[in-house]
Amino acid sequence: MKLRSIIVGSCSLFALAAGAQAQSLTIATVNNGDMIRMQGLSDRFTEATGIAVDWVTLEENVLRQRVTTDIATGGGQYDVMTIGAYETPIWAAQGWLAPLDDLGADYNADDLIPAVREALSVDGVQYASPFYAESAMIMYRTDLFEAAGLDMPAEPAWEFIGEAARAITDRDAEIYGICLRGKAGWGENMAFLTALANSMGGRWFDMDWEPQFDSPEWHEALSFYVDLMTEAGPPGASSNGFNENLALFQQGKCGMWMDATVAASFVSNPDDSQVADSVGYALFPTNGQFDNHGNWLWVWSLAVPASSQNIEAAKEFIAWATSGAYLDMVAEEEGWANVPPGTRTSLYENPAYAEAAPFAEMTLGAINSADTANSSVQDVPYAGGQFVAIPEFQGIGTAVGQIFSAALAGQTTVDQALEQAQQTTRMEMERAGYYR
Amino acid sequence: MARAVSTRRKLAFTALAWIVALVVFFPILWAFLTSFKTEGTAIAAPPKFLFFEWTLENYRTVLERSNYFRFLGNSIITAVGSTLLGLVVAIPAAWAMAFSPTRRTKDVLMWMLSTKMLPAVGVLVPITMLFRMMGLTDTHLGLVLVLTLINLPIIVWMLFTYFKEIPVDILEAARMDGASLRQEVIYVLTPMAIPGIASTLLLNIILAWNESFWTIVLTTTQATPLPAFIAAYSSPEGLFWAKLSAASMMAIAPILIMGWFSQKQLVRGLTFGAVK
Repeated sequence: MKLRSIIVGSCSLFALAAGAQAQSLTIATVNNGDMIRMQGLSDRFTEATGIAVDWVTLEENVLRQRVTTDIATGGGQYDVMTIGAYETPIWAAQGWLAPLDDLGADYNADDLIPAVREALSVDGVQYASPFYAESAMIMYRTDLFEAAGLDMPAEPAWEFIGEAARAITDRDAEIYGICLRGKAGWGENMAFLTALANSMGGRWFDMDWEPQFDSPEWHEALSFYVDLMTEAGPPGASSNGFNENLALFQQGKCGMWMDATVAASFVSNPDDSQVADSVGYALFPTNGQFDNHGNWLWVWSLAVPASSQNIEAAKEFIAWATSGAYLDMVAEEEGWANVPPGTRTSLYENPAYAEAAPFAEMTLGAINSADTANSSVQDVPYAGGQFVAIPEFQGIGTAVGQIFSAALAGQTTVDQALEQAQQTTRMEMERAGYYR
Repeated sequence: MARAVSTRRKLAFTALAWIVALVVFFPILWAFLTSFKTEGTAIAAPPKFLFFEWTLENYRTVLERSNYFRFLGNSIITAVGSTLLGLVVAIPAAWAMAFSPTRRTKDVLMWMLSTKMLPAVGVLVPITMLFRMMGLTDTHLGLVLVLTLINLPIIVWMLFTYFKEIPVDILEAARMDGASLRQEVIYVLTPMAIPGIASTLLLNIILAWNESFWTIVLTTTQATPLPAFIAAYSSPEGLFWAKLSAASMMAIAPILIMGWFSQKQLVRGLTFGAVK
């Protein structure tokens, strides 16, 4: 009897231990403010569900490489991973992601902003849940505009932006009319330049996947960018990415900055920004002829790799971290201004959020204006706004980004840069088998 | 007159050595200073060198957010473990090649070195799959094995060079006195090669400590060493240089202190027989 009790007890303990071990999730993420906040609050999830959480925080590109290797080799090291709007459709099509169309009634999928939900879905099935989303907009200095006698329209055209940037620039006072991304990279300067080209009627590829850098639209876009940055941009702009421009804007050195809407919460925070009380917002410009605001849309989202051994627990975590209740929890702990933006319609109907985040309305407007299925006024064979959602784009985008960054630095002319970009892209697409 | 020229040359060489040393050391000095700045000051243009408001806030944040000592423990285990394992394999190998060379010895040495010429990413997928199949992913053992293997060619080469400097006559004399092979290696060869072995050990610990590609790729949460700790502080959206610098300083501090205390040994070992 005693022996039997010991055996039964041991088996129970073993089962309990095995169960406890199964209820542990490994989550890969990046070092963004909203993600750090989520890590801090994840103890609440563990308390409520008994599921422990281990965090792996990595640099964005390292994370992408780690996760890609893990998925491709079926490693199963991660149960939840942070991925963007670029990877989601590609990886979902490969069968690498578990579908997330059953996250429970409390999740309320219908509350998700439609453009965001669509960016994370393939054939109507959602494969990632948005944690925060961003489009691009103009952040500008209201005091400098006022001093120059300028009035920013709600939907400005590039022509006005060019004139305003040149009017504001005062190099002796280290004030530059416009700060834009110049650092090479598919997610750096090419995000901005692709959105700029979209708004000017350009596209990366025609319907036969032929690159379009030899088109008049791309010539207009790149010439406009290089001329504007040369005359009204900060020195060394070819090295500036999101973070460098953020620092310049916060230090009062930029009249305008066009970048991700998430930056609005940084530049309007008086703890970090010297110009927090004089920032205005406007939609990403158009060329004045048609209604295309660049179609920039990026979503940091949570997904479950199909190789995970804990898919159900992982879904439970995602449902918790991307729910409306999570937004309320963050608001309660850290204030409404620190709530992850851009994912849920109900957030933008909340008067408390509108009061705490003066950029809320413009952010929603920018996200809603993004049509990632039709990024150009011309027909395109790809999805994606400021990127092209094909696996080859990381490599091609970065190579073209280096060519355009060199043009901005004055090492090549616009014509030479476009010719090189055309040749490079054509060669890579041919190598990838698009013309068979 | 000759003396004056000599002094001038000496001064010039001293100045040149200082300039080169400062250029080499500057990135570390800059990271050290940045770790005490606020994020805004860290990216200020023009950069602020010494006159800024010094703060320990970054170190506090990093210590709060990450379990530094877990990463440190993993780094010590994997760097020391891989070095010791490497020496156990490399000492007999170098001994054999130095004192009993064959026609193929040079080819073997070149082949070993050639494995270092292959870009690590070239074997990323096979090694990741092997680790998964053998259950070595995110384990200390797996990391010790891979760090041993990637640094083994360098250890063997260094030890081979040191052993070649030891006169064969002494080993023959030991054999004449009746020493066995084991006794010859342990009591005669090893004591004579201690400076070389010590510098190899130190250099290998430094190489293993700083290895970032494989340590980040093959670990997740349990065996992650300090390079993964640093990698966690880079941010795509938001200022991060000050916190990243603080994390870097905390990661390199132990190895810097070890290098500082053992620099005499390290330099002596690295220049052993260099001017013979």
